[in-house]
Amino acid sequence: MATTQETPGSRTDRSAVRTLLRLWPYVRPVRARWFTAAAVAVVASCLALVIPLVLKWMVDGPITDRDPAGVWLGALFLFLLGIGEALLFGLRRWLVARPLAGVEASMRAELYRHLQRLPVAFHDRWASGQLLSRGTTDLMLVRMFLAFPLTFLLVNSVTILVGVVIMLVQDVALGLVILVPAVPVMVMCVVFEKRYALVARRAQDQVGDLTTLVEESVLGIRIIKGFGRHRSQARAFREMARTLRGTELHKARLLATIWAVIITLPELAIGAALVLGTVRVADGDLSAGTLVAFLSTALALRWPVDSIGFLLAMSQEAATATERYFEVMDAVPEDREVAKAQEGEAGRGLRFEGVRFRYPDAPEGSPPVLDGVDLHIRPGESMALVGATGSGKTTLTALVPRLYEPTSGRITLDGRDITAMPREELRALVAVAFEEPTLFSASVADNVLMGTAAEAGEPQLERALSVAQAGFAHDLPQGTATQVGEQGLSLSGGQRQRLALARAVVGRPRFLVLDDPLSALDVHTEALVEAALRDVLAETTALIVAHRPSTVLLADRVALLSGGRVAAVGTHHELLRDNAEYAHLMAGTEEAAR
Amino acid sequence: MTATTATPPGTDRPGERTGAPDDPFDHDALPSPPGATAALLRSLLAPMKARVVVTTLLLLLQQAAVQAGPLLVAYAIDSAVPAFRRDDLGPLIAVAAGYLLCAAASGGLQYAFFRTSAQVNQDVLLDLRGRIFRHAQALSVDFHERYTSGRLISRSTTDVESLRELLDEGLQELVTVILSFVYISAMLLWLDLGLGAVAVASLVPLYLLVRSYRRRAARVYTQRSTAIAAVIVKFVETMNGIRPVRAFRRESANDADFRVLNHRHERTNGDALLEMARYVVGSRLVANTAVAGMVLWGAYRVAGGTLALGVLAAAVLYLRRLYDPIDRLGMFLNSYQSAAASLEKIAGLLAQTPSVPEPATPRELPALAGEHPGREVVFDGVRFAYRTGGEVLPRFDLTLPAGQTVAVVGSTGAGKSTLAMLLARFYDPSEGRVLLDGVDLRDLAAPELRRGVVMVTQEAFLFSGTVAENIAIGRPEASREEIERAAKAIGAHDFIAALPDGYDTDVRKRGGRISAGQRQLVAFARALLADPAVLILDEATSSLDIPGERAVQRAMATVLRGRTAVVIAHRLSTVEIADRVLVMEHGRIVEDGAPAGLVAGTGRFADLHRAWRDSLA
Repeated sequence: MATTQETPGSRTDRSAVRTLLRLWPYVRPVRARWFTAAAVAVVASCLALVIPLVLKWMVDGPITDRDPAGVWLGALFLFLLGIGEALLFGLRRWLVARPLAGVEASMRAELYRHLQRLPVAFHDRWASGQLLSRGTTDLMLVRMFLAFPLTFLLVNSVTILVGVVIMLVQDVALGLVILVPAVPVMVMCVVFEKRYALVARRAQDQVGDLTTLVEESVLGIRIIKGFGRHRSQARAFREMARTLRGTELHKARLLATIWAVIITLPELAIGAALVLGTVRVADGDLSAGTLVAFLSTALALRWPVDSIGFLLAMSQEAATATERYFEVMDAVPEDREVAKAQEGEAGRGLRFEGVRFRYPDAPEGSPPVLDGVDLHIRPGESMALVGATGSGKTTLTALVPRLYEPTSGRITLDGRDITAMPREELRALVAVAFEEPTLFSASVADNVLMGTAAEAGEPQLERALSVAQAGFAHDLPQGTATQVGEQGLSLSGGQRQRLALARAVVGRPRFLVLDDPLSALDVHTEALVEAALRDVLAETTALIVAHRPSTVLLADRVALLSGGRVAAVGTHHELLRDNAEYAHLMAGTEEAAR
Repeated sequence: MTATTATPPGTDRPGERTGAPDDPFDHDALPSPPGATAALLRSLLAPMKARVVVTTLLLLLQQAAVQAGPLLVAYAIDSAVPAFRRDDLGPLIAVAAGYLLCAAASGGLQYAFFRTSAQVNQDVLLDLRGRIFRHAQALSVDFHERYTSGRLISRSTTDVESLRELLDEGLQELVTVILSFVYISAMLLWLDLGLGAVAVASLVPLYLLVRSYRRRAARVYTQRSTAIAAVIVKFVETMNGIRPVRAFRRESANDADFRVLNHRHERTNGDALLEMARYVVGSRLVANTAVAGMVLWGAYRVAGGTLALGVLAAAVLYLRRLYDPIDRLGMFLNSYQSAAASLEKIAGLLAQTPSVPEPATPRELPALAGEHPGREVVFDGVRFAYRTGGEVLPRFDLTLPAGQTVAVVGSTGAGKSTLAMLLARFYDPSEGRVLLDGVDLRDLAAPELRRGVVMVTQEAFLFSGTVAENIAIGRPEASREEIERAAKAIGAHDFIAALPDGYDTDVRKRGGRISAGQRQLVAFARALLADPAVLILDEATSSLDIPGERAVQRAMATVLRGRTAVVIAHRLSTVEIADRVLVMEHGRIVEDGAPAGLVAGTGRFADLHRAWRDSLA
């Protein structure tokens, strides 16, 4: 049942650094502030390192000399350093707070924009949950990465470097002792980073699978209940959740190890320095103040060193998040270019010429869904499209507004190749009612009027509602201003279908494509809608997918789709008489040819 | 959102939003009884009591080891140096051994702590995830219709995730902060009563700061989570409706809408970050001032000879550490706040009681009398009304003899689906009983009930997995032959065999496109495989073409023989296979009889039938 998203594009062993570098274009607009903030953080961190030096001066100077004025001076200096450090850390956060929120927001807006323009075939492959997690948690990780790990990996490196220099200047021997664990810690960090990256990605994918299972068990609740399968569903869930727990524990084991190493080794070095330092103070080679300063410097470096482990882990997670983000951003949107009109048989109306189509992700060698469709719908004519279940009717209708691109062949509207028209214009000419009637979280009126130009108003709305027999909208609590969709009132399938139909007809489109528009209506309502639709169809060129004779009778002629081609065209009665397959489909009579 | 709540006309299903004004289902969080959140947390942690104690002990020891360092420094300066000058190596060796021990202990204990706490956390999460999932599955269909899928999904994903953050990072932070504060204050008090007292006193302004931050942050965080929720809804809606979005050229309008929502989130997000910045500045100022003050006082006393130098050095080292965790306290508050909000939402969900509960003492169905699988169904004084009052089915009695095929017809909103759902026990009647061979449906455990009654609906949802797996939902232990036999019986075999991997084609992967009609056929095969005593078909053929429907009907003529069946359809073709027709209107059965008799009469069914014959042309 696993549905781990197959990622298009190669995911070879790209380094985390290279992936993270791709964030630069988004960071660029705020680079001045970001770099200033990083510089401020470096200064603030280094200020903290000056404090031990002041202490040393106090211990070896005023305290030993019993000079109260000197003590005051030292304390005042410490106070000023403290104030400076606090303000600088605040300044750093203030500098990046709004810009980084802005980076997150602009990356999200870009993602949304991009997704809206990716081919429908892309959306067929990607569950919306997978896209959503890229637009929310992944981007949050990226923002946090820019705010903390990136800054502090830099700041801590500088701080450690400065601290080490200060320690070496204080006393070379002690400094070298402190440096001993640096190499093993770094090696461990590199090894850790590699392993952690693998496990982190696995965990993220397993979370995705678990989400899918939850989503499906909610969407399919009637089936699960209808067959009493909630126990086996719960078992599947438990297994997946257990697997995830195992992966998370693996992650924890890695983190625990690196954490232990990063704590123990430097601490051992500090211990060694303390013993050595004590001996040398006793021997008089070293002042007590120097030892105090040295050790407080070493302890001040504890956090910068300790934190490297989790900063690296966060960076790794941010790299994975960035990779996931760009998996989507790298997909190619529908091209905006307008092809040159090809030579061909011109003619008014809607014309399909040798249209072939196979889904871009169909396995090699499978037959195309449409294999040379030729069909001419004359201006003002309505054509019903009939075919067996799975014959490609819905696919054919999706080609007209260019939701999919034909593999070969062409489609013309009033003689113009649809690929030679900007998509905006094409989709303004063609209105569609889909088999699956989707309403958006908006008022009934907005849902219907989105099918037309902005200036359309009450009269158009009324007309469309009456055509679709959607008068029930007026009886809703706030009439046509009632909110529907996920965030509002839920309507029955038949009600949704009627509103979707109203949306298709509201703009009086030149071309109308209706995919089985009456399937969820009862016989009585269906008859009323049909009567009203006749007037609309009289003034437009229409393609109507039909399963029932009653729907077919709305149209002037019928095309029979069979074996990926238009097998016959004629009136309902002609085909019923002459075409065995059609008779079989429409009347259920046995087909002689079979 | 101005989601509205009054009863829309023509509703067909009891689940549609019909509540009184201020329906709790309009809000993101369902009300939970006071204290439910804390009780939930307690019950999650209760089974781990022993391990929680171990974890806390590990952390206690680990912090003790970490905080021993400066004490050893003080000892080294004040005792080991003079001793060494006297050629007494004892104290120095003690320092060395002590430091070695502390280093090893702090690393080792950290490792042990991290692993045990990860186990506790993961077990808590596993438990919570399972509880949410099982509870959601146990809740009745009408709950699911009111509590949209999106909310349920975010309960079991983002809300669980925010608890995970609290457990993984937050709690450890908090305990570390508290422990190090207690340890260090104790150390300071022990080293020098005066300096210790100053350190403890500095807690007062820090506490005030934390308190004011908590208040302000709570407000900003609520705003931010509302803002991100709006962004998510818009995002999901656009992606799920991408076809109409494209076909109706909504891209630019959507971009503009999204920009507004996204910008609102950006602003509150920035506010939250600035709030944190303010807190950090304030707490650092207090901390650094306190350090400077204590150093001044300490140095004065060392100069005056009333304090040892080593003690001052240790005190200074401790002071730096004392205030280090303040920033992290802020982070803990953040994760605590969002986790508390999430837990409250989860507690609200878990507080919902299933309106269709499992029986306490389940009964079994009597053994079948004849060789036929059918059973008798009796609606005994049944009435059904929404919990909020609207009556859907007035009180009625109805008996369906074993083996009878009954067609239920009527216009939208007549109550056909409600009748079916009562029989499938998706709902329980408000009054009266539904009996299967004399046993109340409420007394049947789920597996027994589903051997008795199975319902196929119009929405034929496919789960990810192969086609065979989807059919096998009807009877998981079925063999491949049985699955194929069911598919053949219903006329689904041909299209399944033509899929790239036949029955093993993954319905969510490449080439697995399955049309609405084909999905319905899979759903039928599933029901056939389940082999129930009573089969309910609710608009189960709406997306099939006529030959498909015919094939299904032919199959049904054999499949339904001897079985009790209730068939709901707009298309009256189904009626041809029925022994009996019920015509419903406004929740009442207005006509009841054999199809031939009703067609010949002058009632509503005769009208409907005529209209349908005409539509076939």
